[in-house]
Amino acid sequence: MDILYKVFIEPFVFMGEAPDLLIQTLWEGLVSGVLYALIALGFVLIFKASGVFNFAQGIMVVFSALTLVGLYEKGVPAFLALILAVLVMLVLAIVVERVVLRPLVNQPDIILFMATFGLTYFLIGFGELIFGGNPKEMITDALFLPQGTTELDMLGGMVRFQHLDIAAAVIASIMIALLAVFFSKTRVGRALRAVADSHKAALSVGISLNQIWVIVWFAAGIVALVAGIMWGARSGVSFSLQVIALKALPVLILGGFTSIPGAIIGGLIIGIGEKLGEFYWGPLVGGGVETWLAYVIALLFLLYRPQGLFGEKIIERI
Amino acid sequence: MRAPDHPVMTKGDVLLAVENVSLGFGGVKALTDVSFDIRKSEIRAIIGPNGAGKTSMLNCINGFYYPTDGRITFKGVRRPKMRPYEAARGGIARTFQNVALFKSMSTLDNIMAGRSIKMRSNFFWQLFRHGPAIKEEIEHRRFVEEIIDFLEIQHIRKTPVGRLPYGLQKRVELGRALAMEPELLLLDEPMAGMNLEEKEDMSRFIIEVNQQYGTTIALIEHDMGVVMDLSDRVVVLEYGRKIADGTPDEVKRDQRVIDAYLGVAH
Amino acid sequence: MLYREAGQFKTNYVADSAIFPLREDRIGIGLIILAAYALAFLGNSFLLQAVMIPFLVFSLASIGLNILTGYTGLLSLGTGAFMGVGAYACYKLMTAFPGVNVIVWIFVSGFFSAGIGALFGLPSLRIKGFYLAVATLAAQFFLQWCFIRIPWLVNYNVSGALDAPLRTLFGVPIMGPNATPQVRYLVVLTIVILLTWLASNLVHGRIGRMWIAIRDMDLAAELMGIRPLQTKLLAFAVSSYYCGVAGALLVFLWYGGAEYDVFNINQSFFILFMVIIGGLGSLIGSFFGAALIFILPIVLGIVLPAVMSPFGITVGSDVIEHLRFMIVGALIIFFLIVEPHGLARLWQIGKQKLLAWPFPY
Ligand SMILES: Nc1ncnc2c1ncn2[C@@H]1O[C@H](COP(=O)(O)OP(=O)(O)OP(=O)(O)O)[C@@H](O)[C@H]1O
Ligand SMILES: [Mg+2]
Repeated sequence: MDILYKVFIEPFVFMGEAPDLLIQTLWEGLVSGVLYALIALGFVLIFKASGVFNFAQGIMVVFSALTLVGLYEKGVPAFLALILAVLVMLVLAIVVERVVLRPLVNQPDIILFMATFGLTYFLIGFGELIFGGNPKEMITDALFLPQGTTELDMLGGMVRFQHLDIAAAVIASIMIALLAVFFSKTRVGRALRAVADSHKAALSVGISLNQIWVIVWFAAGIVALVAGIMWGARSGVSFSLQVIALKALPVLILGGFTSIPGAIIGGLIIGIGEKLGEFYWGPLVGGGVETWLAYVIALLFLLYRPQGLFGEKIIERI
Repeated sequence: MRAPDHPVMTKGDVLLAVENVSLGFGGVKALTDVSFDIRKSEIRAIIGPNGAGKTSMLNCINGFYYPTDGRITFKGVRRPKMRPYEAARGGIARTFQNVALFKSMSTLDNIMAGRSIKMRSNFFWQLFRHGPAIKEEIEHRRFVEEIIDFLEIQHIRKTPVGRLPYGLQKRVELGRALAMEPELLLLDEPMAGMNLEEKEDMSRFIIEVNQQYGTTIALIEHDMGVVMDLSDRVVVLEYGRKIADGTPDEVKRDQRVIDAYLGVAH
Repeated sequence: MLYREAGQFKTNYVADSAIFPLREDRIGIGLIILAAYALAFLGNSFLLQAVMIPFLVFSLASIGLNILTGYTGLLSLGTGAFMGVGAYACYKLMTAFPGVNVIVWIFVSGFFSAGIGALFGLPSLRIKGFYLAVATLAAQFFLQWCFIRIPWLVNYNVSGALDAPLRTLFGVPIMGPNATPQVRYLVVLTIVILLTWLASNLVHGRIGRMWIAIRDMDLAAELMGIRPLQTKLLAFAVSSYYCGVAGALLVFLWYGGAEYDVFNINQSFFILFMVIIGGLGSLIGSFFGAALIFILPIVLGIVLPAVMSPFGITVGSDVIEHLRFMIVGALIIFFLIVEPHGLARLWQIGKQKLLAWPFPY
């Protein structure tokens, strides 16, 4: 009985008694949720246009941030380093298209998926070889990212908002909005959506398939860079960030691989869900549930609705 | 799980009855209120223009889809909602419109895989490949070799089926279905894409299976000549509805069938 | 002229259904096994401890994953965690019942990972492909968390690490600080040979055909009466059994002790890479893959510093680790593009050439 009380009653009582803590937890969940959504969008972008489930998206987040910080450490001015990092992502997109995608076109999805594992490990090794394996600080000042905190009196307590978190949430939201507009309103964006349906449609817009792949991988690279900067500013830049970036996978499962609103809502559910879980239920089992809660939520959800929140029910044919 | 005991069927009894079956996918209605029956040991053709719902009908019969409406009775027992493997274990085998072989396996292994449900030796014996496991393997191998001889595919016994030409793949697929020793064999366009000679071979196999083993066969085929030669009775679908049912001669003279096929070269 | 199919007519199905129908193949396998045992007496401790034991352990884990991913077509990223279950189960069993020989516990520990593996395999009925891969990540992260957070698993020892207690077989220490690399190698070798033989029996029989059927065309398999859930769960269980035993061997007969971190996601990936490079759906490929991926850094570590030192460049161990990641990553892409069936296919092609030699076809 006691355990039931602790699981089903006490956390909610606690929420009611200290609403300020609840707000604080929700806010932190919201920020990480928005960032998860941003990373997940990188996946969606590539998946929609090329059908590739890009496992390396998480590592692209780290790799791009590492390039930026690494260049800065080598004496390149911040602004120039930012431009160079963008260029590096462009080169990466071109190389991936030539070396990985083109030779593997028409292979089963799962082969391409596994190829992106190879890409992941290559990028980890390459990034560390060039910039060193030690964790780095994000160049928050040089990029004019705000610091400090605002404390608001609220609901009988104090809620702290890191300025950086606010910036992260705002920038990520803008980025997500831009992508949504890009997909639905621009010519290239519509072409990208078209390739998901038929390759001929894309050709009719005058863009070759190979160009489209480069464009989406580049776009996903920029999304990764933004996510990398924001996340790096919050928790440092190192390849352990990869584990965080992998959380985008359960987000995708909730939201479906092809849906932008799905990625956003999935990101928020996972971000907020895991923070609440950690804060209110984590102590029951010794804490640290954040490392797996997202996956378990996704898993349970999959059992109930294999096609995701927004996906259509798949009827198999034979 | 054992199949429930059924009365012994003799030639001419109704083996499978389809009553008022409808099937929809979201907005699309693939089948509407279709009724017909298949009798023991007959060859029953299902024909109709493209998209008429023929494949969907077979999918309902072997439990891949569950009809939205209506019922299917097999051997006098109404079919509950079941998983396809249960239908297979109940004695229904099939081939597919787009060849669905296990493409990395050899011809031999594909047909052996068709005998999976007949093999009983337990995990322990499998682990050591001794005793009942190896005995059973040999026994079934002998049966499979008979099928291979029957279908005249000895020369490709050890070839991975992915490398075989289409016509032979269809033949292997028939072999795999035969390995299940089914009571009801469903063939989805077994001769599509074949040349005349291959069609003749396939027709011969179908007739022989039917006559030698008394296997009941439901056959989808576009080639009218083949249908007229092979089948005892024909059911015609159009836009998911049954428009005719009867002997080949009756169907051939039916005005609605003539209309449905008008202008279509068959 | 030594390797020929001609003249060996198979007179019955027993001979033709044998796993190695060619006499030369059987002799070859025999020789390799003999050589492997001889190595225990010829090789030095470094070779046995740093190369052979881990090679065998990883081969076993690769066989495990290959059963699941190569034969049944279910991609798993939780291999490391399933290995961990075996290791922790073995630790609990052998410390709780020290009277029973540890070899027994090594084999029994596999059943624990088999059970856990089957549990996490349950979703495979409804989900496929990368959805399933993500689901197995749940196993990876959840189980790893358990290894960290449940001190009971390590008998509340303060370091939180697993350590190998002294255990003997026929009075000879086979585990713990006093066990020589030679003895441990012999134990590992014997276990790996035995389990490889059993796996080979499974994949060549009815069960193997059912697994491959599910991999190649799951819907058709089901329409032929193969029960998808049972077949997939069996693959999960058998696969995890092998991984579990490999995990126990890794900790207690190779490292002699380890922390939870050896079962992290990188371990899962490296085993997967062994399977891909060795050849999906090939037992012998599992050995090739393990050899390539495991021995690569060792070779790099010896060759690279030697090559670079004349240029005045010193190559640290971290650089070698980074290069290893890069090379492995590149190899994965290379193999997927050029030879998706991995080293095993190259091996087969080589053998076929030899059969036909000196004629090109
Ligand atoms: N899984 C599915 N989801 C949605 N619609 C489907 C599905 N399966 C079949 N249909 C639709 O049902 C209708 C009947 O299809 P079916 O494949 O049964 O036709 P058919 O008679 O076999 O045609 P064909 O001669 O081309 O093989 C078609 O309109 C098809 O698009
Ligand atoms: Mg059809």
